[in-house]
Amino acid sequence: MENTQTSQNTETGAAYNFAYLDEQTKRMIRRALLKAVAIPGYQVPFAGREMPMPYGWGTGGVQVTAAVIGPDDTLKVIDQGADDTTNAVSIRQFFAKTAGVATTEKTAEASIIQTRHRIPEKPLRDDQILVYQVPIPEPLRFLEPRETETRKMHALEEYGLMHVKLYEDISRHGHIATTYAYPVMVDGRYVMDPSPTPKFDNPKMNMMPALQLFGAGREKRIYALPPFTRVESLDFEDHPFSVQSWDDECGMCSATDSYLDEVILDDKGNRMFVCSDTDYCTERQDAGHRGPQHHDQPLGGKAAE
Amino acid sequence: MTQNNTPLLRVSDLTMMYGDRVGCRNVSFDLRPGEVLGIVGESGSGKSTLLRSISAQQEPTKGVVEYHTRIDGIRDVYQISEAQRRLLMRTDWAFVHQNARDGLRMNVSAGANIGERLMAVGDRHYGNIRAAAGNWLGKVEIAEERLDDLPSTFSGGMQQRLQIARNLVTSPRLVFMDEPTGGLDVSVQARLLDLLRGLVHDLNLAVIIVTHDLAVARLLSHRLMVMQGGAVIESGLTDQVLDDPQHAYTQLLVSSILQN
Repeated sequence: MENTQTSQNTETGAAYNFAYLDEQTKRMIRRALLKAVAIPGYQVPFAGREMPMPYGWGTGGVQVTAAVIGPDDTLKVIDQGADDTTNAVSIRQFFAKTAGVATTEKTAEASIIQTRHRIPEKPLRDDQILVYQVPIPEPLRFLEPRETETRKMHALEEYGLMHVKLYEDISRHGHIATTYAYPVMVDGRYVMDPSPTPKFDNPKMNMMPALQLFGAGREKRIYALPPFTRVESLDFEDHPFSVQSWDDECGMCSATDSYLDEVILDDKGNRMFVCSDTDYCTERQDAGHRGPQHHDQPLGGKAAE
Repeated sequence: MTQNNTPLLRVSDLTMMYGDRVGCRNVSFDLRPGEVLGIVGESGSGKSTLLRSISAQQEPTKGVVEYHTRIDGIRDVYQISEAQRRLLMRTDWAFVHQNARDGLRMNVSAGANIGERLMAVGDRHYGNIRAAAGNWLGKVEIAEERLDDLPSTFSGGMQQRLQIARNLVTSPRLVFMDEPTGGLDVSVQARLLDLLRGLVHDLNLAVIIVTHDLAVARLLSHRLMVMQGGAVIESGLTDQVLDDPQHAYTQLLVSSILQN
């Protein structure tokens, strides 16, 4: 963030500008970012560029990261909480190649974390930046397809429609069945789509010390949550917001407080739950925590249900 | 009719031009609380243009539309801020479209359709919203078990009644209707008119209803305005206008109905 390097990337000698984008483009994105930080939750249009990866792979997040990254930064990229999935690996390599920055899989060591779905389980600090990849930035899109109308609704704070969606959830499923991209009210003013993160992570956004930046490449929108911003999940008085919970623990590290993914083990109904945040899980295992399905454990534990 | 001397709505010298062409011109009238005004005329006579201009959807070229708001007294609807105007439109006013699909959200349930206005004005209690929606569904003679069904599973007449329920849930004082019975078969029309007449009476609604169907106008409206070529050519009490038409065009209009 602190750096505006203009020279060619000398370390790799490649014909790329530092962090791939040219300096004018980065300035343009930074201007949009400044505006987004100044108006928390407001979607700022920006001239999104073509990136050397398809839309839907995080082109918005990559552009935001490219605009804020400096040579001294350490980058961590996660996809569904994991550091080792295709998307995360390719974006990490992209910046390692075009910016020559250090990369890490450790949440605590990163200064910039680009994420596709999750907020790391480990609480973030005020010297870290979290960059989200956003597919559809407009929370009202589900019920109002007209962009002119949704902009007007944001301008006039007409957010009744958002509750129509939640009402519809309850009437169909008996509870608010929206589990990801769960709409939030930012600082009592703008309703925002927290990108496709599970609602489990919504409370982490509230009053987070780290700067949170959101980039939507296809829709060409940037929005932001400055550090320590109030973020409330929308709900009804008689159907209050709640996060997912699991009866099981992580099979590898026995964590009960993290977001768990269900993994199907075979076609006989065997499955296990495992932390979606791989760094969190690894760290716990290194500290000696063991879940029932960890390879250290005696076989035949509780694999079958 | 209510003997209230403060008009709810006052339209003065309203003219709407589309370039050189006249949409409607020099229309003036008052509407009092609980009064039903019918606007009749042939296609292209400026009825819908007039309705759009009065209901704050299209700013007229000239003229003033004033509304007696609950809080601020009489206000020019085109001078207040857009936020105030939109609030007015979704609380104190209602607009019933000819085609129910224009007035409904087809991808959410009937209950959500009715509850939308309540949620828009800040109701955040699911149970209460649902109860109100069920109650209104009953009032418009739709079985309450259809509360969670999509409007697309409803018949045309039911959709129209749902649209009415959705509009009336915030207890508006002024309802605009654009051919509410258009496209419905005669028996469904009769039932809808019966329902509308009951609701208008019970809730003391002021209504401006645009129609080309004189039978609808006769059944619902207290007063009638006849339009031709963008101008009001005759107005007065409904029975008076229909039984003793003065203007040649009104006479033609009245005589063109099949008599039994």
